[in-house]
Amino acid sequence: MNSVAEAAGQAFALVATADPKLVDIVLLSLRISLSAVLIGCVIGLPLGAAIAVNEFRGRRAVIVILNGLMGLPSVVVGLVVYLLLSRAGPLGSWGILFTPTAMVIAQTILITPTLAALSRQVVDDAWAEYREQLRSLGETKLGAAPTLLWDLRFSLVTIVLAGFGRAASEVGAVMIVGGNIDGVTRVMTTAIALETSKGDLPLALGLGFILLFIVLALNAGAYVVKETAQRRYG
Amino acid sequence: MTDHVDIRAAAPLLPLCLKDVVFEVGPRRIIDGISMRLDAGPRTVIIGPNGAGKSVLLRLCHGLLGPTAGSITWNASEVAGGPRRQAMVFQRPVLLRRSALGNVTYALKLAGVPFGQREERAMEALRKVGLGGLGRHSARVLSGGEQQRLALARVWALHPEVLFLDEPTASLDPGATHEIENVIAALHGAGTKIVLVTHNLGQAHRLGDEILFLHQGRLAERAPADRFLKHPTSSEAAKFLEGELPW
Repeated sequence: MNSVAEAAGQAFALVATADPKLVDIVLLSLRISLSAVLIGCVIGLPLGAAIAVNEFRGRRAVIVILNGLMGLPSVVVGLVVYLLLSRAGPLGSWGILFTPTAMVIAQTILITPTLAALSRQVVDDAWAEYREQLRSLGETKLGAAPTLLWDLRFSLVTIVLAGFGRAASEVGAVMIVGGNIDGVTRVMTTAIALETSKGDLPLALGLGFILLFIVLALNAGAYVVKETAQRRYG
Repeated sequence: MTDHVDIRAAAPLLPLCLKDVVFEVGPRRIIDGISMRLDAGPRTVIIGPNGAGKSVLLRLCHGLLGPTAGSITWNASEVAGGPRRQAMVFQRPVLLRRSALGNVTYALKLAGVPFGQREERAMEALRKVGLGGLGRHSARVLSGGEQQRLALARVWALHPEVLFLDEPTASLDPGATHEIENVIAALHGAGTKIVLVTHNLGQAHRLGDEILFLHQGRLAERAPADRFLKHPTSSEAAKFLEGELPW
């Protein structure tokens, strides 16, 4: 118990003094996860909206698969990306294995189905309500998707956060494709795993605090934005 | 109004002809062989008991539903993908999470109105329905009556040749209903053909030039409003007016 309290005290000191090693790890984690969220949104949100407003053969199957992919195990994604990017793999010539780029790719693959599946759900619900009105005004399905995404922007904030939460807290995929190389591909989650196994609890705990704080702060911020916006825009 | 010209230069949309139109959902026949012709001019009011098929008939005319059998033909067809020359106002207006003005300019964008003209046209339409001062307000936080007036402003800005209204005042209080009726009358005055579904016989009397009475998916009677309301010829209409049928 004493060692835990001691570690917590040292962890606070690391955070309070903005330990350079800790700051580097935090910044790299944010850069990778935010890049993955950005790319995931650019692909996932329009994809979800397009599936919601269009009727096509196999639509149900696509929805079931998409929903299923939300539970994609991160180590499996890591393994597949590893195989693709390894020297002998089809994309081996890119030479990006064990780089932050590879980690962005893995996290993007991991969260894009979540972003697409959840946005498909909210756009689907809204489309049922808006369809007649938008068709009456002469809106095409191609145009309805961005119109609905914009109209649902406050609900989408929560979805994007869910994506960020998954990306930032994931450890398996980035460990495999990043390699947890000190100063290059070491992020908060892989560092926590490593430091814990090494017994360096202060750094692990300090990073844990920060990870928790970032996720909580983002969720609180998003909640305030959503509440304020809903009061204002209805 | 000069800006009517751009949309009405082509051959007129009306008359609208329905021939033996049938609409079925599964085994249920909702519209059962309706043939009729709607001409420009008189305000047409569709009444009938619940489940008579009034709203479905309106949606068939407006093209939101396709008939199971029969044909629905306009005098001139709308250009596919082009601006619509007819519009519809629903019982519950669907407004986007934008300003009142933004809702109208969105409709103008879909109608292909150049960017530079949208705001001015939208403001003019908002003033006509008495919402001139609320243009910057969020549409979804307006009162029920204001929301429906905004839906009418959105339609007004488009200058449609035909306007379908599906019980536009069903959930409004008498004051708001009065305001909506004034706007509908003004739209009619500006040359738009009005086709209105209502449950309110007073409204049918105030706004209707002719009445179409629907009963069990059939057009049971069609007559000038005054005559229909005083001396219906069909027994179903007479019973409906006496309040014997549920409505």
